[in-house]
Amino acid sequence: MVDSVDVLSTLKLVYTIYALAAISLIAWYAYRITQEGEVKTARATVFWTYIVTLIIVGTGLHFLTFNLVPWVPMDLDRANIKAEKTFKIMYKDHVITVDKTPMMVPCDKYVIFDAYSEDLTYGFGIIRKDHTLVAQMQVVPNNRNDLMWIFHKNGTYDIRSTEYSGPKGAHMVIENAIVVSGCQADDIHSIK
Amino acid sequence: MSFINTLIDGNEGGLKHESMTPMQKIAMRFVVIGLLYYGLAAVEGMIMRMYQITPLPFIDETHFFSIMTVHPMVGIFGSSYMIVFGAFLFLTPFLMKKPIYSLKMANLSWITIGGGTFIMWLAGFVFSYAPLYTLYWPLPADTAQFAAIGGIVYIVGVVGIMIGTFLYTYNIFKTIVYTPKGWDKQPSGELLKSALGITGLLNFFRKKDTEHLVPLPIAAIARGTIDVGLNAVVISSAGILILIYLIGNGLFGMDLQGSLVDALLYKNIFWWGLDLVADGLVLVFVAGTWYLLAMMISGKDLYMQNIARAALFVEMVVSWTVWSHHLMSDQGQSNFLKVLSGEVVTAFELVTQGIAVFIVLTTLYKAKPIKVTNELKFLLGGILGFMLAVPAGIIQADLGMNRVLHNTQWIIGNHVHVAILIGLTMTLYSAIYVLFPILTNGVKLYSQKLANAHFWLHLIGGIGMGAFMGMAGIDGMLRRTIYYNGEYNTYMILAGLCGAMILLAFVLFLYNIIMSIGLKGLFGIYAPSKIDTHDCVVKAKD
Repeated sequence: MVDSVDVLSTLKLVYTIYALAAISLIAWYAYRITQEGEVKTARATVFWTYIVTLIIVGTGLHFLTFNLVPWVPMDLDRANIKAEKTFKIMYKDHVITVDKTPMMVPCDKYVIFDAYSEDLTYGFGIIRKDHTLVAQMQVVPNNRNDLMWIFHKNGTYDIRSTEYSGPKGAHMVIENAIVVSGCQADDIHSIK
Repeated sequence: MSFINTLIDGNEGGLKHESMTPMQKIAMRFVVIGLLYYGLAAVEGMIMRMYQITPLPFIDETHFFSIMTVHPMVGIFGSSYMIVFGAFLFLTPFLMKKPIYSLKMANLSWITIGGGTFIMWLAGFVFSYAPLYTLYWPLPADTAQFAAIGGIVYIVGVVGIMIGTFLYTYNIFKTIVYTPKGWDKQPSGELLKSALGITGLLNFFRKKDTEHLVPLPIAAIARGTIDVGLNAVVISSAGILILIYLIGNGLFGMDLQGSLVDALLYKNIFWWGLDLVADGLVLVFVAGTWYLLAMMISGKDLYMQNIARAALFVEMVVSWTVWSHHLMSDQGQSNFLKVLSGEVVTAFELVTQGIAVFIVLTTLYKAKPIKVTNELKFLLGGILGFMLAVPAGIIQADLGMNRVLHNTQWIIGNHVHVAILIGLTMTLYSAIYVLFPILTNGVKLYSQKLANAHFWLHLIGGIGMGAFMGMAGIDGMLRRTIYYNGEYNTYMILAGLCGAMILLAFVLFLYNIIMSIGLKGLFGIYAPSKIDTHDCVVKAKD
């Protein structure tokens, strides 16, 4: 099953290739416009093909992730998905409080992280031991902030506030706050 | 000529400020202040880059975040707004071939924006006020963390900026539609319709097209200025709300509860307003500036001018409806808004910006062979910046990607800094190079070698810094967190080196400009002009 490490590694590769291609294209263009030669004006069909391509690429990305990134359909259909467990997380005065640490998460089961802030806007991030991000959400005061997630690998994860809430917010971390067990595979990026 | 002589008198005599028109002086006043604020933002950025490598002993955490608070405000309002407003207050009457509506108002604009930015910056420097530019409710009114006086000073500064912004907005529209004294009555309504794009829109439904009364760059200026004005309304409203809480709770000991304001609703309204800058006027103004630069550099009419006008109108409407891409990680935000506004409408920014790129590149291509000039190099750099930054923005405005990218260094590196430093700033540098001889009555640039060094250092530094920040973000580095154990040091050292290149590029540019116009000319810009604008326009008309 695809996880955030796979998605982000793909992004790094694809975007780097795209960036190099864009830089090369502008460099080539800059060279070409300084050269003598016949000038052909772009036909209307070229322009409209280009526009259609941009529309397809721009909107197609969302269809692609809907089909390949597992948490997108889960996010959109979460009202119809029953969670196995719900973990309550409280935020107040720059302190994160959970009912019990670690939060023991069963493998391949939907769980909900239900965060509530009484004062400021914070963030809820699940972080691997190598500091990569599993998932995050905003924790808006006096509003609903519940993230549904499903883990497919064993691992131990930290949670930290991913949103700025004042200088003290940089220290809002609970190490080893989540432990996932019962899976066949380990999350090699997050084994304690 | 000795170094001292050139420094004082400028290159080959430098700038003769006595022969400058009021509009030339006003534009230069805006630009000079804007460049100085750019330098301040660059220094602040460099301090933060170093702090991300290892926390600096003379800056505590609170002050680090106060630098992070004022850095984008100084960069956007103190620098970008000033340079753009100065250029457009000059270009609007220039292209409309009539005097500006009010010179006093134009002068008051740069004074209030420049002064407001300084006051706002003081709130960070003196009082360490640090709610960040996002001002997420109720953080800016949190008197337990920040001194109320710091917040009040900050808001007073922002009010100054907004007053200047309103004055600019009013002056631009009045200049487009008003009838100068002694002139035949101008068709105000038709001019306004043309400037806003309504004429162009109606042309799609007419058998015979109605002629556009305003040139294309004016249409871009007008449409972007609408967003400027709307954004100022939203920021001013937020400022008043924050001020009520700061004065009530901080100074009068009242007990106004933050929960009286719904934080999510506030966030929606705030981002709606902020996106009018980030996704509205930046893209509209940049596209309009590209069109003008392409026509000036190539000496040719713009390719597909009607499409360009339509795209500017679409971009303006898109900018009013994209804000939800900032709230894709807010679970209380409806999925309908996340998908429609956050994903689909945002994707159209790829189309509108793509149209601008295509039209500009084709216009320039039609004029080949083109001589490589500073304005051409920086224009192509600016286009490249948006070619890199806009797709990065589309990627993060996706439900799947946002879950793992939101608030990481990817957002601020690959998207924001590449868009601003490469896309916007290189476009502004191109405009400065093209306007420099026009505004200074033909002052010759001191050194082309320095201009070349400025270009390459800025381009490589900007792209490199964005790329390394983005890679750190992909590896999980958050954008508003301090890492004390060197978790991302390799990326941060590389990003810091690239940041140093950007700062060096600016120092070389500033040195080159000062040596070109001379200190005498530079200070002379701020002396009153002895020429009457109306006389210049009558001569031009004759």
